[in-house]
Amino acid sequence: MQPNQHLRILTISSMLMLVLSIYMVFVYAPLEIVMGAVQRVFYYHVASGWIGALAFLITLICSILYLATRNLKWDHVALSSVEIGVVFTSMNIVSGSVWARPIWNTWWTWDPRLTTATIMWLLYAAYLMLRQSLENPQRRRTFAAVYGIVAFVSVPLTFAAIRIWRTIHPVIIGSSDPSAEGNFEMTPPMRNAFFFSLFTFTFLYVTLLWHRIRLEQLTVQVAAMQSRLLNKLST
Amino acid sequence: MPKPANSQRPQASFWRTVQAIMWKDLTSELRHKEIVSAMFIFSLLVVLIFNFSLELDRATRDNVAAGVLWVTFVFAATLGLNRTFAAEKDRDLLDGLLLAPIDRSALFVGKMLSTFIFIIIVESIVVPLFSLLYNMSLFTPLLLVVLVLGTLGYTVVGTLLAAIAIHTRSREIMLPILLFPVAVPVIIASVQASAGILEGNALGNISGPLNLVVVYDIILFAIAIMTFDYLIEE
Amino acid sequence: MLRDINLSVPKGGFLALLGPNGAGKTTLLRIVSTLSRPDAGEVSVAGLNLSTHASAIRQLVGVVSHKPLLYVELTAEENLRFYARLYGLVTAEPRISTVLAQVNLSAHRHDLVGTFSRGMQQRLSIARATLHHPQVLILDEPYTGLDQDAAIMLDDVLRSVSTAGCTLLMTTHDSARGLALSQRVAILSRGQIAFETRSIRLTPTQLEDKYREIVNA
Repeated sequence: MQPNQHLRILTISSMLMLVLSIYMVFVYAPLEIVMGAVQRVFYYHVASGWIGALAFLITLICSILYLATRNLKWDHVALSSVEIGVVFTSMNIVSGSVWARPIWNTWWTWDPRLTTATIMWLLYAAYLMLRQSLENPQRRRTFAAVYGIVAFVSVPLTFAAIRIWRTIHPVIIGSSDPSAEGNFEMTPPMRNAFFFSLFTFTFLYVTLLWHRIRLEQLTVQVAAMQSRLLNKLST
Repeated sequence: MPKPANSQRPQASFWRTVQAIMWKDLTSELRHKEIVSAMFIFSLLVVLIFNFSLELDRATRDNVAAGVLWVTFVFAATLGLNRTFAAEKDRDLLDGLLLAPIDRSALFVGKMLSTFIFIIIVESIVVPLFSLLYNMSLFTPLLLVVLVLGTLGYTVVGTLLAAIAIHTRSREIMLPILLFPVAVPVIIASVQASAGILEGNALGNISGPLNLVVVYDIILFAIAIMTFDYLIEE
Repeated sequence: MLRDINLSVPKGGFLALLGPNGAGKTTLLRIVSTLSRPDAGEVSVAGLNLSTHASAIRQLVGVVSHKPLLYVELTAEENLRFYARLYGLVTAEPRISTVLAQVNLSAHRHDLVGTFSRGMQQRLSIARATLHHPQVLILDEPYTGLDQDAAIMLDDVLRSVSTAGCTLLMTTHDSARGLALSQRVAILSRGQIAFETRSIRLTPTQLEDKYREIVNA
């Protein structure tokens, strides 16, 4: 089963867009006066944050749909989306750290967005661990779907809790939120680079998702063929 | 268009089922006192360890007391939650509950309330002890309210996830891995509210976190009731 | 696993189901008792459709399997009281006394089930299953682990319940007993009903021959 024509086109487009985006971020967008070169991290930091959140939203929707319809395809999408979401969230956290270091002389700030991203990462790592430790496929999909729902719901509550905590205990180092857009003035070329990187990452997400879903479907098909073969051999 | 499953009212009413489950859990526990004593001893050990690892002099103590108390209860409660479905799973007793014409949500509420009571029992011994050891008064009514509400939220989501963890390979490890990140909001908010009360802060500083605890409790309870059925069916 | 099962037991009937291990007997019983969902097909118990009235069916069905479904840290009476509450029995005490007497366990009413022998647990399990006056009794190899006396007692219970109008579906490896108690007998092999007839038509030897013939085919 070869990847179909559309997927091939999408993959190539994503690659091209990524190249163009790199050009825009590193060459086209002007150098920011205050922060210097490290500011360029911002373009990918925010984009990966948004995509991570989008991926988990997709997981929520697919988890609900799986429980409602028991159609396997929803589970395939949910799992694939979590795996990709974890990757983008990792990028978000690491880029946030890289950005914070030269600006505030610290590798970590307990700001609400970064902390929530970390907890989100832990939630979805737990999701993957849960799937690993359940043998029965039916149970694995059902339990993962339930956890997917619970995990997503807890994220905004976590953000609120940390926000409240921060208003009571403001951080001493670096009082400003490193991921806040208002931290520096965005000129039109910067804005273009930013939106294009967001656009590119969305395309990348869809491409990776599609590939991963295909992989999952093939895996399930192979497993089904294996068990059919074993059944035939034993009778 | 066929009616959804379970459209007929089960014969045993919701609350009678909850009471039956609670009565059974409490009677069993009363015989062995396993769960409560394990949680209690563990709480004491944790408080002791905190005592030696953090320099709790008079000044820092007031700041840190709320955190120490809640961390203690979170760890102890996790011990108790690990046991919620252990007996039923290990001795193959779930079928007995699934065969009965009960609302599966009632099974959840019954189990959750049983565990909640066990944890509250442990907390009601540890809190006075803590007060004595550190010479602080922890008996403000508002603090007790926060304790109950925070524990409730933790127990609700903990019971739901315990039903998941019990079927996994390394179930005692799986429960904390699943539970801690999900419980972060209620833990943070409970600690904030408790610390605010102990420091005698203005109500404004306390109402924020307290509201969040209540919101968390309600939302997670609703989700648990809606999804528990899927966890318990074959 | 199960394929093309076309089975019906009339109200008040008693069907004994034989079959080798792995044939699907337990799966079939789990589906009928509402514990598992069938992948395809229709199941109805006492006129109620399984997919829409599962809860109502549970009220009418009693199940005895090799799992006793008893809490070892509770007494016999406490176990029965718990299940009585789950089944919505309002005045449970007289009924509990009756079923305990039926299975000869009245003397052990206040003993912890953890102290019971396997045979005693199985007897209490039968009491548990009949507690709520089920219209349908499903038994998965109920004679396993029973000594002579207990087996005879179970025979009596099943006969009296059957006479009272209860519908019974029982799996067993004991052809003689199966034929003696039931009205119809069937053999399940490799997920299909390979044979079914009225019990009165066969002797135990004939049934065993037929069984061997089907299993070795």
